[in-house]
Amino acid sequence: MVTLIDPLPTMDATLHAWAVAAAVRDPEVPVLTIEDLGVLRDLEVDDGRVTVTITPTYSGCPATNAICDDIVIALTAAGFDDVDVRITLAPAWTTDWMSAAGAAKLHEFGIAPPTGRRAAGPIPVTLAVRCPQCGSPDTREIARFGSTACKALYECRACLEPFDHFKVH
Amino acid sequence: MTHPLEARHGDVTVDRVELAAELSGADGRASTADVAEYALRLGDDALILAQQLGEWIARAPELEEDMALANIALDLLGHARSLLHYAGTFDGRSEDDLAYVRDEHEFRSAWLFEQPNGDFAQTVARGLVASTYQFELYTALAASTDPTLRAIAAKAVKEVEYHRDHAVQWTLRLAGGTDESRRRMIRAVVDMWPYVDELFRDDDLTDRLEGVAARPSTLRPRFDAIIAVVFAEAELEIPPVAPSAGGGRQGRHFSHLGAVLAEMQVLARQHPGVTW
Repeated sequence: MVTLIDPLPTMDATLHAWAVAAAVRDPEVPVLTIEDLGVLRDLEVDDGRVTVTITPTYSGCPATNAICDDIVIALTAAGFDDVDVRITLAPAWTTDWMSAAGAAKLHEFGIAPPTGRRAAGPIPVTLAVRCPQCGSPDTREIARFGSTACKALYECRACLEPFDHFKVH
Repeated sequence: MTHPLEARHGDVTVDRVELAAELSGADGRASTADVAEYALRLGDDALILAQQLGEWIARAPELEEDMALANIALDLLGHARSLLHYAGTFDGRSEDDLAYVRDEHEFRSAWLFEQPNGDFAQTVARGLVASTYQFELYTALAASTDPTLRAIAAKAVKEVEYHRDHAVQWTLRLAGGTDESRRRMIRAVVDMWPYVDELFRDDDLTDRLEGVAARPSTLRPRFDAIIAVVFAEAELEIPPVAPSAGGGRQGRHFSHLGAVLAEMQVLARQHPGVTW
């Protein structure tokens, strides 16, 4: 005799909510999810209430509000009716939190990922930024401030194309 | 079928900066009127400079500078939002209330920040002083006993470092460029220097906030040391100008601040409660 069991997935609500929130994309760099970026810091489900904690990449990042909205919308669509998104500033976001998958996606998208880790100490180590178009390390910074707060503008001396570089921060 | 995001956008607005409790015992609220007043000073400095830098967009000497000054303004606006939000938690005012419905005499920004943009050299000189000061301020404040100020500062200091680098590079370029650019850079330094002193004056408030606030006078030696290095490289001298009386912390301001506020507040005052 077959015992019928509850056909609904008994996946832990927290894991489910995390998966939904983690899939939200950065509206300015749509190849990256907020999980890839390290922007999604924490998620708790307590008595049906989902509390999501994110951290902005930069203090004035205009994507932060859009990300908050998108998290609420995505979780609401997944059946979580009570969603609270909180913003934390500490510890301060760093590109060291970007996942390897995130860096690979950036490169594929035509944005040079952060090079190495944020240097701590008096002598910053500058690593060559590879051109995401042709792979040449022969590149130069044109402007420290690029199309968004988190990016600088570079050009490649080999293929002569301009490209964005996600700054080490 | 429409994607749920497309279907729902427009119904939802989550426009607030809600700082999570950074540490146990911290509820993200300004504990006293003094802490709120201190946050207001720092927030107003950042807000007034951000608003003025925004005026350069589409008018800077080159496209890259439109981007740079806009980005710096955006960072400063982020700092201002966090600081004003925190200041407002004490008496229930929102960051928008503080930005849009206060009058001139209620602003606590120091005089340096309300100096007009002037020419590009004057914006660079103002930025050099502002970012060098803010770098030392936020470095010190990252060790504050107040968890919220500590969190805001630890985040801001990384951004202000870029601002300082930008100002230093342009100071070197203009001072070492053509006769005209050098003449203007020297004039800009003379114009800005009277307002340096006010940034580093202790007063009753900072005395009462020992451990919470960064004592302004303690930031001066490091500021002077950095400026000395930059000026040596740029072959500039500290101009022999008398320090201004100051008064921004008490709400006394130049008439120019009125023009800045008029532009910044016009929409919110004409349409109270308006949202995008």
